[in-house]
Amino acid sequence: MGKAIVVTSGKGGVGKTTSTAAIGAALAQRGEKVVVVDFDVGLRNLDLVMGAERRVVYDLINVIQGEAKLAQALIRDKRLETLYLLPASQTRDKDKLTQEGVEEVITALKKNFDWVICDSPAGIERGPTMAMRHADVAIVVTNPEVSSVRDSDRIIGLLDAKTVKAEQGERVEKHLLLTRYDPARAEAGDMLQVDDVLEILSIPLLGIIPESTDVLRASNLGTPVTLADKHSETAQAYFAAAKRLSGENVPIVVPTDRRSFFGKFFGRKAA
Amino acid sequence: MTEVLTATQPVRLKGRSFLALVLSPELPFADWLKRLDDLAARSAGFFLQRPIVLDLENLDIDRPQLRDLLDQLGDRNVRIMGIEGARPSLLGADMPPAMTGGRPASDFEAPDADTPETAPARSAASARRPEWKPGRTVPSIIVTEPVRSGQSLMFEGDITVVGSVASGAEVVAGGSIHIYGTLRGRAAAGSMGDESARIFCRRLEAELVAIGGYYKTSEDIEPELRGQDVQFWLEGDSLLASTLT
Repeated sequence: MGKAIVVTSGKGGVGKTTSTAAIGAALAQRGEKVVVVDFDVGLRNLDLVMGAERRVVYDLINVIQGEAKLAQALIRDKRLETLYLLPASQTRDKDKLTQEGVEEVITALKKNFDWVICDSPAGIERGPTMAMRHADVAIVVTNPEVSSVRDSDRIIGLLDAKTVKAEQGERVEKHLLLTRYDPARAEAGDMLQVDDVLEILSIPLLGIIPESTDVLRASNLGTPVTLADKHSETAQAYFAAAKRLSGENVPIVVPTDRRSFFGKFFGRKAA
Repeated sequence: MTEVLTATQPVRLKGRSFLALVLSPELPFADWLKRLDDLAARSAGFFLQRPIVLDLENLDIDRPQLRDLLDQLGDRNVRIMGIEGARPSLLGADMPPAMTGGRPASDFEAPDADTPETAPARSAASARRPEWKPGRTVPSIIVTEPVRSGQSLMFEGDITVVGSVASGAEVVAGGSIHIYGTLRGRAAAGSMGDESARIFCRRLEAELVAIGGYYKTSEDIEPELRGQDVQFWLEGDSLLASTLT
């Protein structure tokens, strides 16, 4: 029986989809069987980041409605044998995500995969609550700024109230993934400090992902960051997060501004 | 045309609890209404000027029956301010609103024929808030987890939070509030009128604090108290604050 993970945040644009793809690909490179599931019905993106947008035939809603079998909807990644994608529907109504249907799909996936990673849409409405409902583990993606932190706090509250685990009196294991961390801005004091975010949210830290152009480049190529350039700082941070998720003890490194002395003087763009 | 808001004085919102008289009708309504008429005959104006709540718990009726009952009560000058214990489907938009969270109080004594005119005195008493009786323990709860944004913690007695109250969260207590962490959200103590209630926190970053309906927003709180351990209390109608150490 595999584990169901929800990647969630409340706020949009913080890096849920990027992180889903990156962690999914990182776990798959360790030889584990992974499926990434897009719950963003109507605004799907995970297929693009995974580079599978031209291969979508059936989607999650088709499976829930019984119009396709689960095996027909799953798309196997061309680069990694153990990585699969279950896309969302771009045209259907999100109300078609029924509680029973989602439960059936997640249960079936957990039987066949080591990791079922659900990419949650932004917000706190039906889509996000459906994505988190059957999760065993939650990755709360947060940017080091106040609005993102407050939205994450709200989502953590929902994870403790509206999931199957919570209703059975158990707890969803929660991890904080701090993304788009900009060392230069952190040093200048323009961003919330890591300690402040941890103090406010009081859940364990899974990793700190530095802000990087690698992420944008990788998404445009349709490649998860952990497949595009395995040695980049961002990819390394995601690999470390994936290791921690599997229970390995990897020390967390706060990214620092590594530009040279001259880089600091000449490396900045004019405003 | 665009409406321009020029008033700088904010609207003051206060919470207040009143003692309402609860009527629990019984089936068949005709018989019950007859008994009600008998009661009203003994004391004219018993139901006048009183807040009255209709308790429909355990009554299996449909909407036309309820509407008929409300009309019947209306004919008797019994004005219903709210309905308790009814299924949401039973209530229409033209009916009194649903009320929840009522707490039992002592029973009203039905007037007897000897003292016909007690209504004015009683209505004054009913508006007064229940007094604290010495020896009665004040209920309290302890919360050992952070109160997250969007969560609302309400309790009639004291609330102790071992953790922080997040921005966008609120803690509303009938008694005092103790927060062993950072208060970033809102805290309202003495929400049922207890003006001796206080708010304590280990670290103040609050959006709003209120005691007994008097409130201060973060802008009104002295800036030097930010980040400090602070208590709030009420003196007359001023909400005061000071550090604890």
